Amino acid sequence: MTSMQSLHIHRAPPLPRWRLTGLMPALAVLVLCLLAPWAPAQAQLKVDITRPVVEPLPVAITDLFGEIAEEQKLGADIAGVVAANLERSGLFRPVDKGAFIQDARSLRNGPRYGDWRLINAQALVAGNVQLQADGRMQVQFRLWDVFSELQMEGRQFTTTPANWRNIAHRISDFIYERLTGEVGYFNTQIVYIAEAGPQNRRVKRLAIMDQDGQNHRFLTSGNETVLTPRFSPTTREITYLAFQRSGGREIPRVYLFNLDTGQQEVLGEFPGMTFAPRFSTKGISVIFSMAADGNTEIYTVDLRTRGQRRLTSHPAIDTSPSYSPDSSQIVFNSDRGGRPQLYVMDSDGSNLRRISRGKGSYFTPVWSPRGDLIAFTRQHAGEFYIGVMRPDGSGERMLVRDYNVEAPTWAPNGRVLSYFRTTRADAQGRITSKIFTIDLTGFNERELVTPLDGSDPAWSPLIR
Amino acid sequence: MRFSLVTTFAAAMLLAACSTPSEEASTTSGSGSSGGSTSTTTAASDPAPTALPTPAAGTQEELTVEVGDRIFFDYDQYNIRADQRDTVEALAAWLDTNPGVAMTLEGHADERGTREYNLALGERRANSVRDYLVALGINPGRLSVVSFGEERPAVLGSNDSAWAQNRRSAFVVN
Repeated sequence: MTSMQSLHIHRAPPLPRWRLTGLMPALAVLVLCLLAPWAPAQAQLKVDITRPVVEPLPVAITDLFGEIAEEQKLGADIAGVVAANLERSGLFRPVDKGAFIQDARSLRNGPRYGDWRLINAQALVAGNVQLQADGRMQVQFRLWDVFSELQMEGRQFTTTPANWRNIAHRISDFIYERLTGEVGYFNTQIVYIAEAGPQNRRVKRLAIMDQDGQNHRFLTSGNETVLTPRFSPTTREITYLAFQRSGGREIPRVYLFNLDTGQQEVLGEFPGMTFAPRFSTKGISVIFSMAADGNTEIYTVDLRTRGQRRLTSHPAIDTSPSYSPDSSQIVFNSDRGGRPQLYVMDSDGSNLRRISRGKGSYFTPVWSPRGDLIAFTRQHAGEFYIGVMRPDGSGERMLVRDYNVEAPTWAPNGRVLSYFRTTRADAQGRITSKIFTIDLTGFNERELVTPLDGSDPAWSPLIR
Repeated sequence: MRFSLVTTFAAAMLLAACSTPSEEASTTSGSGSSGGSTSTTTAASDPAPTALPTPAAGTQEELTVEVGDRIFFDYDQYNIRADQRDTVEALAAWLDTNPGVAMTLEGHADERGTREYNLALGERRANSVRDYLVALGINPGRLSVVSFGEERPAVLGSNDSAWAQNRRSAFVVN
């Protein structure tokens, strides 16, 4: 268990920015009372993440202070993960530690802002680590706006030292949120398919890792081919497709995997192949495709009652369904117009309309957690694209183009996407597939390094 | 129609009886003219030629030799191509001849598409074969269908030729 409290700023969980504005006068008074010596006004420092970042914001991230070696190591490790997270976001540039003038110990009495302005740091992160008699670790951190000389954030966590990485991600999220006004995405995991071997004997295993690639572990053995894992937005569960071996045959079916217990169970007994599963927004049902007698339709199963319902009724292929965040609508993939295109319908299957209008074929639509956009895979003129469009089909924008890119997934803040890229196979069937992340702006593409090849990434919700 | 189908099939069987099954050769189904090559090459060698073993009736080996074990599809299509119909008709005749055989029809897609859509496409392809067989009088209870999407390519590589051979339905004797 981790306990956390706000330092000085006595507000409970941070509220979305639009709600905060109404509280500002009261909050400002509170902040002024508590931080009177230094706080002149509200901070001006803000990173606009809605447009490509030309010049990342310079942030000085100091090693968290510790009295003893063990604390110092934890403090340096935490600062290292925070710096790596912020750097990878593309929005921030950690200032070289060698340039720091003020040391960690004296920072405990507050920053000498001039020292940080001198090295062009716009924001400053510092804190300390203290191991307690009971073996637990207390971590404090603060974020300052160097130019307006204001503390922007301050938090204290108490947890076991083994949780240091988790604390580092939470600190990163607080910093990101305060500087961008958007919810963070660092304390998250990615489930994906780890792959190895040639095209025709590719071993595929379910695997999970932190969003920075750390804490990697395999969830399945590789005996069965697995595909398309997706996180529950509310529980520690994954839904995915596995080719279950039974009496010499392989049967593709939708499964559920509980991350805490390791338990796997089949979604249900159905007369045909089930595939393309996703959880509903509240995690109470799974929407998926079932193919029976050559016709693929979209169904939902209520996870409590296991009651099922068919939502489409058309002789064409209907697959890859994804709910809008308010669960009122579903976007899916259908070839009912001749080629695979994207369609939106109400969650009862009514009010169907086509939203993709560009050239080529469209696949794997995924509704953003913010609701404002739908990401998709597009295939046109021998190439693949990852793109986004508004739910009405307007504002289409391509983010990535390559020989083969596929299967976008959204970070929980709807600002970053992950997907995978596959190379052409050679005559021996050797291929590589790698997972990448990219900003919604189409900039800052980064490989997410995995121990083996990777595909089908799916981002977890933010772990609070 | 059934009568003529069976006679042409019988002719094809005679032709095909001495050909060797091979992954590549099977692209031109069982009625092909490649039958003679094996016997001519062995005739010149010193030891007396031994007859190649004939595959047992109703086995995968016999099916592969005599009918072919797959048909091919056009890009993003699941209708049975005109040039593939003979193979499915030969398959129906073979199933008629081997009434005890139950079969799995696999559907496959090339790698150019998404995994999910290709699962649906593979299922469509396998069902196209199933539907044609049922129309030709085969009891649907003998046929099961599975889609592997793009997961099990038969031919390696990322080029038009490989993709054309990977868009297929394969016939597997249970």
